[in-house]
Amino acid sequence: MATETAPATTSAGDVHAHQHPPHLEHHFVSSEQQFDSAKLGMWIFLATEILLFSGMFVAYAVFRQWHPDAFLAASNALNWVMGGTNTVVLLTSSLTVALSIHFAQKEEQRKMVWSLLATLVLAGVFLVIKYFEYTAKFEHGVYPGSFFDPHGAHYAYLADIPFAAQFFSIYFVMTGIHGVHVLIGMALIGWIAWRANRGDFSSEWYTPVELTGLYWHLVDIIWIFLFPLLYLI
Amino acid sequence: MDKAVQAAGAHASDVNYLNHETGLWSWLSTKDHKRIGIMYAISLALVFLIAGILALLVRAELIGPGQTIMDAQTYNEAFTMHGILMVFLFLVPSIPAILGNFVLPIQLGAKDVAFPKLNLASWYVYMVGAVFTMLALVYGGVDTGWTFYTPYSASTGGGVLWMTAAIFVTGFASIFTGINFIVTIHKMRAPGMTWNRLPLFVWGMYATSIVQVLATPVIGITMILLILERTLGIGIFDPALGGDPVLFQHFFWFYSHPAVYIMILPAFGILSELIATFSRQRIFGYRAIALSSVAIAMLGFLVWGHHMFVSGQSAVAAIVFSLITYLIGIPSGIKVFNWVGTMYKGSIWLQTPMLYALSFLFLFTIGGFTGIMVGVLAVDVHLHDTYYVVGHFHYVMMGGSVIALLGGMHYWWPKITGRMYNETLAKIAAVLIFVGFNVTFFTQLVMGAQGMPRRYYDYVDKFTQLHQISTVGSWILAAGLFLVLGYGIWSLFNGEKAPANPWGAATLEWTNVSSPPDPHNFKRTPLVTRGPYDFHLADEVFGGDGSAGDGSGDVRMPEPAPAAPEPADGDK
Repeated sequence: MATETAPATTSAGDVHAHQHPPHLEHHFVSSEQQFDSAKLGMWIFLATEILLFSGMFVAYAVFRQWHPDAFLAASNALNWVMGGTNTVVLLTSSLTVALSIHFAQKEEQRKMVWSLLATLVLAGVFLVIKYFEYTAKFEHGVYPGSFFDPHGAHYAYLADIPFAAQFFSIYFVMTGIHGVHVLIGMALIGWIAWRANRGDFSSEWYTPVELTGLYWHLVDIIWIFLFPLLYLI
Repeated sequence: MDKAVQAAGAHASDVNYLNHETGLWSWLSTKDHKRIGIMYAISLALVFLIAGILALLVRAELIGPGQTIMDAQTYNEAFTMHGILMVFLFLVPSIPAILGNFVLPIQLGAKDVAFPKLNLASWYVYMVGAVFTMLALVYGGVDTGWTFYTPYSASTGGGVLWMTAAIFVTGFASIFTGINFIVTIHKMRAPGMTWNRLPLFVWGMYATSIVQVLATPVIGITMILLILERTLGIGIFDPALGGDPVLFQHFFWFYSHPAVYIMILPAFGILSELIATFSRQRIFGYRAIALSSVAIAMLGFLVWGHHMFVSGQSAVAAIVFSLITYLIGIPSGIKVFNWVGTMYKGSIWLQTPMLYALSFLFLFTIGGFTGIMVGVLAVDVHLHDTYYVVGHFHYVMMGGSVIALLGGMHYWWPKITGRMYNETLAKIAAVLIFVGFNVTFFTQLVMGAQGMPRRYYDYVDKFTQLHQISTVGSWILAAGLFLVLGYGIWSLFNGEKAPANPWGAATLEWTNVSSPPDPHNFKRTPLVTRGPYDFHLADEVFGGDGSAGDGSGDVRMPEPAPAAPEPADGDK
């Protein structure tokens, strides 16, 4: 700790090549300092996101511990094929968003825009599948909490299981809040794609692309925990 | 003005951060950390005023048994509002948002925080939260107490939805500030500002920011779950639907206990600055003070269960939580001993900020000891939910956090406003606050030990006298606080112009920046070559004679840090 160094001053390259690069904000000494700050800030923000979800994971763990049979039976009512498809969709979207950062570094403008748009489409597919899953439940009265009133061939048996309602409460709350994050991610990616198309980014400066990518990976990772917990075990 | 202060140096140049742009919009759209600090100061002063008046009303109601000035329902809503406003909208943001915003970047030698836009967003988000709080009043008020315990909060009065939304929203303001400070401290330090040369206020803010970032999201999700409990009946907290109200308490205190350290760690930071500067002494045990803040931040996450000793959690859990709670006394004790050690053989200069520092030491020590007592399992069963707890947390939160904020505001007032305040009035106010505070809250410790439950609207006759003493104390306290408000506003318009370094302090905001500061803080980025409390070096340069303690000698001026070499021509 004692030997920690001060922030790097502007490198010789910065000084000679660009006296004042347009993306460099006035309060930073160098592009490097600005980029490192943005990235550290994003990582800390992602830590807060994980803690936000942790409250729900704790609730899941507590109620699963208390009512293992109810959770097992209720979990069977979820459509693991749809959930599994969504997992593949999200993993693919993580690949495309990573590619967009790669193309930004290579200054391949068109490819960057296309891979961002591909990410956007995959996120849309995820939500569409989610929509079908939700409506299939709602049609048969499988609502969260006090509105829980299962009926119909595949769901009627849930009515006889005490605490099954809580499984669906947790299911809808967790996937719902995850879905909100997907929506926010789509807005961000759309905005980044628009800016990329305008030519805002270069190999010198692509911080927003990289930070949006980090956010999207987090959305993906949270789903990777949600899927087995809710659908498989 | 003291002669010593008068002799202390040249006045500011004419252009400063306050007048280089004018008009309301230049403030509402500013990305300058100093202006955002001031916007927060004004908003928080308003909240403190409203919440303080509510406290006076609650105390007035309790001056006699039975109904005095309001009915029971109004009383419940008044103390709930007092608690929520004070905790979530005043104490949590107070020191970081006002003094942290203003001082921290300058102490690091930075032009601004790392994310100025996020900083401005934090203020706006906070204001949205404040509006939601007002809407909660419009939609029927909240009578749950500031803890929102379920299942009551899932069914009572219409305002709870707005209030929980307000807390969810203001949480973002807190997270934004925390992220900003951590990144600023890691990435924006001036050349030569190593971790071992960080002013202790910065260390305090660093520890605070860690807690803000790691704890706040949990209250966020708790509030969302409570909102869903009310609207959809998701049955996570409501036992009628199979939920668990104790789970809510776990979630709530997992945030709200660390939040206590969001409130007190910045106060520790201020104390270190005040004690070092007004003892004119290199701080004793710099590293111990710095690292004990981080230790408190970490331990603070492991003790939430001590709020739930009587909730029905397991005996093992209670014993473990009790033990870890004691551990927090160690780093806290380290700090207090180091501050006292710094004062030992220092030449103490009893200006107003130092008076606040001394009353902090006294009050916080009482707050700490009473904390140990409620941390003892068996004793807590007796003291739980009595006025003893009310007294204890007011000693910590108000006797600690608010007193430190007042000390810090007086200390940095010349730097922030460019004006001096009236020293005599300030000292009178400090004494009034100290006396009023003890009369109000020591009585409550006594009452609590005798069995007076907290939150009660009515009480048996034997407590009448103690309640009356406590209420009179609240008036003395209020008189002191209104006096501060009065001479503060007076000083804005009529105070004498402040020199750059009236206290002879050694941190960058005093040695290298005019009062009030330039728009971009530094004329040239400083090159830091020594620690933040090197009064010793200043003695050699200026030949200090150690007589500054009575205010008649010279204030020994530490020399400014030299300018760092310019990195690039275009980088102004």
